Amino acid sequence: MELLRFATAGSVDDGKSTLIGRLLHDTKALFDDVIDAVAATTARRGGEGLDLALVTDGLRAEREQGITIDVAYRYFSTPLRSFVIADTPGHVQYTRNMVTGASTSDVAVILVDARHGLREQSRRHAALSALLGIQHLVLAVNKMDLVDWSEARFEEIRDEFAGFAEQLQVPVVTAIPLCALDGGNVVDPSPHTPWYQGPTLLEHLETLDIPTHDHDALRLPVQVVIKPAVGSGAGPTGERRWYAGSLAGGVPAIGDEIVVLPSGTRSRIAAVEGNAPAVRVQLEHELDVSRGDVIASADDAPLTVPQLTARVAWMGEKPLRSGHHVLVKHGTRTVKAVATILHDRLDVTTLEHEQGVDELALNEIGTVTFITAQSLPVDDYATNRTTGSFIVIDEVTNGTVGAGMVALEAVPA
Amino acid sequence: MTVIDHTSAEFDDPERIGLDRRLRELEAHAIFVIREVAAECERPVLLFSGGKDSVVMLHLAKKAFEPGVIPFPVMHVDTGHNFPEVIEFRDHLVEQMGVRLVVASVQDAIDEGRVPDPGPTGSRNRLQTQPLLHEIAKHKFDAAFGGARRDEDKARAKERILSFRDMFGQWDPKNQRPELWRYYNPRIRTGEHLRAFPLSDWTELDIWRYIAVNDIELPAMYYAHEREVVERDGMFLATSDVTPPLPGETPFVTTVRYRTVGDMTCTGAVRSDARTPLEVLTEIEQSRITERGATRADDKFSEAAMEDRKREGYF
Repeated sequence: MELLRFATAGSVDDGKSTLIGRLLHDTKALFDDVIDAVAATTARRGGEGLDLALVTDGLRAEREQGITIDVAYRYFSTPLRSFVIADTPGHVQYTRNMVTGASTSDVAVILVDARHGLREQSRRHAALSALLGIQHLVLAVNKMDLVDWSEARFEEIRDEFAGFAEQLQVPVVTAIPLCALDGGNVVDPSPHTPWYQGPTLLEHLETLDIPTHDHDALRLPVQVVIKPAVGSGAGPTGERRWYAGSLAGGVPAIGDEIVVLPSGTRSRIAAVEGNAPAVRVQLEHELDVSRGDVIASADDAPLTVPQLTARVAWMGEKPLRSGHHVLVKHGTRTVKAVATILHDRLDVTTLEHEQGVDELALNEIGTVTFITAQSLPVDDYATNRTTGSFIVIDEVTNGTVGAGMVALEAVPA
Repeated sequence: MTVIDHTSAEFDDPERIGLDRRLRELEAHAIFVIREVAAECERPVLLFSGGKDSVVMLHLAKKAFEPGVIPFPVMHVDTGHNFPEVIEFRDHLVEQMGVRLVVASVQDAIDEGRVPDPGPTGSRNRLQTQPLLHEIAKHKFDAAFGGARRDEDKARAKERILSFRDMFGQWDPKNQRPELWRYYNPRIRTGEHLRAFPLSDWTELDIWRYIAVNDIELPAMYYAHEREVVERDGMFLATSDVTPPLPGETPFVTTVRYRTVGDMTCTGAVRSDARTPLEVLTEIEQSRITERGATRADDKFSEAAMEDRKREGYF
């Protein structure tokens, strides 16, 4: 079975929690005890039937405030596919959670209220999804019942969104008119939209092509070096060290020419074991390879750079300024780094780049150059989501304060 | 109309017991997390109850470091009210895997006055937090692997793969580190620790499919067997010294199996004839009740029971 990961973005006001509750309910992913608990809570609050929004709001503070604070993960499956939903909050102060949810997703479902149409936050969600490399956006136009299932209203919103998505260069955009409250066009087709010939939301998620981020060239960031246990019945190559990691590109085969980066030493693959992408390899030569190194195709290797220029989504309470010392974790290596140049800041609603900025505040996105204590083997984020990304860690608080996407074309002046 | 029938032919496809794309991805991700934590933390430990999730964790740890050895010990939080066959199984598997076992004892915590004595038949479930944190501090463990899954409970749905615990072992769900892509940030200060949940994205079905595919041995009580039970709060509780029948309850023998393995006082059995992993899979696919809802009295107390226990430092 295939696994599709999708992020949902939108606010509680747009009916996001109800939509997810509806998807889970109508695909029979909710068990009887969960349904009973939701019915009891609905009744206690003076409601009737099932308030499906209650299915997803997990934390006490979320129930008290009626908002989603953090990313929640939900699981359901149909005979065709299994799904992981990264349910992300909509408010601007939780942009970092949206970025987090989008970073592991193949598709983003952006929810709008048909009465209000696109809002600033819808644009922000679309722009963040595009920035994180999501190739497929779904615009869920919710609450169609409140605009009398108007085809004209749906088309107006769809066309406006298509224009914005084109600016973002997102290749695939699909708009679906639906009503999470009555379930129309979520799992089952709505009787109110004879003018709509497209799929329901679930049908669409079940059939869309899952984008692959697989990069053909071998990329194996080394996680651990394994010495065979004493008396493990070592074969001809058994005493040799194994380099274990998760493939970030390509599939190694015996005899492949490889290069170990950043040192640049060359060898060939002598043995491969494990279920890809979690593999371990042995090399023909005994080299000094340790955690943090990347084993890559010799003829298509990443670029080893002494400094990183990247789009950075800042997540720290304290703004990023040039001269700040941080830690950068790239692949399996963590190095000291200093921010040297803040090139610009991106306005995610207008898509304009503001020049001459002196800081990146919480939830802001900009282009930044870091000098790193050690050269790092990188790819462009558009080519490889693993070797093209990194996180920024605060040396003092140990918090994760930034998400970086390597932009090789944005070479600093 | 899209008809979704979990008992349909699609679910009888032989592929469901192969290492398909989904299972392969889940396995690889769990191994990735285990290797990251082992590589970056000084003193990790794997929490091991003998239950199916922790057994799968131990198998994944073995796979992660083959042909080398598992580079960390395992720890069992022993409530003193365990099913005897689970303790036997625990000792057998620990020996087979060649790992060191640390036991955090709830009885010791009671005897030393670190936790209140709940009486001979009281639930010791919530009392596990203190001895767990006590042993973590004593052994200076800086990361504890757990088998918790996000599909188990709504507080767990918000949990990170690598989850930060402060000096007091507490979880602050409103202030969690963002987890981007496959990057995990294991940096902590002395006295703080991490919980690592490599099975976060697995569901109960995935666990059973993995057990079936890899022919993983479990305590026999996971499969249908005859047992003397009483019916209490809609669950079957095994009769024992710590769970005697209450006035008005009549013990009877029936065919049951356990969906989870916990403290005897709060873990119930379900009526079942499933005697193999494949039969269990079929049974779960048709089940309409979550495993915690079906068999765990500890999660029935309030809507936020799990969130409250997790904040204090529970598994």
